[in-house]
Amino acid sequence: MSVKDTSKKGASYVKKSPWIIHYDAASCNGCDIEVLASLTPLYDVERFGIINTGNPRHADIFLVTGSVNEQAKPVIEQIYSQMVEPKVVIACGICACSGGVFKTCYNTMGGIDQVIPVDVYVPGCAVRPEALIDGVVRALDILEQKRAAMDAGLPVPTPEVKLGVETPRVLHTQDDPDESGTPIEPAAQGGEGAKR
Amino acid sequence: MVWLSVLLAILFVVVAPVLGCLITGADRILTARMQRRRGPSILQPYYDVRKLLEKDARANDVVQVILLALSLVMLVVAGVCLYAGANFLLCILLETLSSLMFILAASVDPSPFVQVGVQREILQVMCCEPMLLLFAVGVYLYTGSFSVSSLFSTNLPMVVWLPLIFIGLVFVLTIKLRKSPFDIASSHHAHQEIVAGASTEMSGLSLALIEVTHWYELVILMSWVGMFFVTSNPLSVLLAILAAAVVFLLEIWIDNSFARVKWQVMFKSSWMVALVCGMVNFAMFFFIDSNGLVFF
Repeated sequence: MSVKDTSKKGASYVKKSPWIIHYDAASCNGCDIEVLASLTPLYDVERFGIINTGNPRHADIFLVTGSVNEQAKPVIEQIYSQMVEPKVVIACGICACSGGVFKTCYNTMGGIDQVIPVDVYVPGCAVRPEALIDGVVRALDILEQKRAAMDAGLPVPTPEVKLGVETPRVLHTQDDPDESGTPIEPAAQGGEGAKR
Repeated sequence: MVWLSVLLAILFVVVAPVLGCLITGADRILTARMQRRRGPSILQPYYDVRKLLEKDARANDVVQVILLALSLVMLVVAGVCLYAGANFLLCILLETLSSLMFILAASVDPSPFVQVGVQREILQVMCCEPMLLLFAVGVYLYTGSFSVSSLFSTNLPMVVWLPLIFIGLVFVLTIKLRKSPFDIASSHHAHQEIVAGASTEMSGLSLALIEVTHWYELVILMSWVGMFFVTSNPLSVLLAILAAAVVFLLEIWIDNSFARVKWQVMFKSSWMVALVCGMVNFAMFFFIDSNGLVFF
């Protein structure tokens, strides 16, 4: 994949200074507390240069927690459109990944990928700070790929918005489509049990 | 001595951003340590700026970038004035003009957060100016000239005769450095109620220009602190650097220990400090001077 070859331009800095915006779509706040916990002395994500900017114009990474409902949809779309390329989206927690236990609720559209392209899925209920940091680190590689594509004058590789598409049982990140990613707990996915 | 002035001025233009970047990085580490965190690399501000330059350039407003570049240039000229030993009043006025250019640049964006931020930036300039002008007057009273180089022909450091002006300047520095409790317009750390204030809508190159401007500004502000400690003795420069370091540590401590105040409090307190410190110090100065106790 030619896009991945970034060595010729020397070191890239997108990976060293990822600024984050965090949005709570329709979360129960469990994941939000874990997102904020990552900033505390125990995990201290600032040591990786990560800043919680709260500002879409400054941010490189969009962390979304919770499933999407009709009220959150325009907000998510607006924040995403205000972010400057290169940018990545991380769905934090099982609700953001697939809708979780709220998937079959009448007011829920499902996971974040029903509205905007999602690059990294981080499952968990609530998502653990370790998993979250791991997700951000994976997102950095994708960020780097996007920057390289921009440099080469290519269209920025963006995953599809999966409106109406059933979220797969096995989730994977964009960069390793062949590798079997993190399996979701059947109960949390809201699959067989919820579909009755 | 002309060659020395030119050399120092060139040195400032080259070294100040590097120094400013490192001090900003040290600030972030020290702040993290005060909060029992590990903190980022000392080069993090540099990484941030390089990252910002890699962002999509189409998001920038041309007028805004030009105004921000002007702001940077004016600040560099202010620093050159200072380090070439030229007119100090010019240095202060150019520094203010640089702030005004930033305010103009920010007003390009129609966002309500930016507009509130711009109004607060203007307020901050209003709060800083009286003290800075009194500082310039102090330099004139002490040396009989607005020339910075005249400070290097004094026997005693200026802080001995103008201690209250020094305290007033340190007070105003908290506003200038955007530290709590006076980070009402924008904060270098966590976001706040008006997001990032005047720079909310900026990204990429615009934001990178602001960061570099802040590096230069940091060095100029710390040099102002140092001005209180230099004498005809060349070793006094070391004392000046030490004093600037202590004041910067104090500012970081204040930043981490105080909550943000409302603008009214900032406005009242800064003018009160400026007027009280300025007037009392000048009264003291004239009283001692009229009794023939001044030896310089």
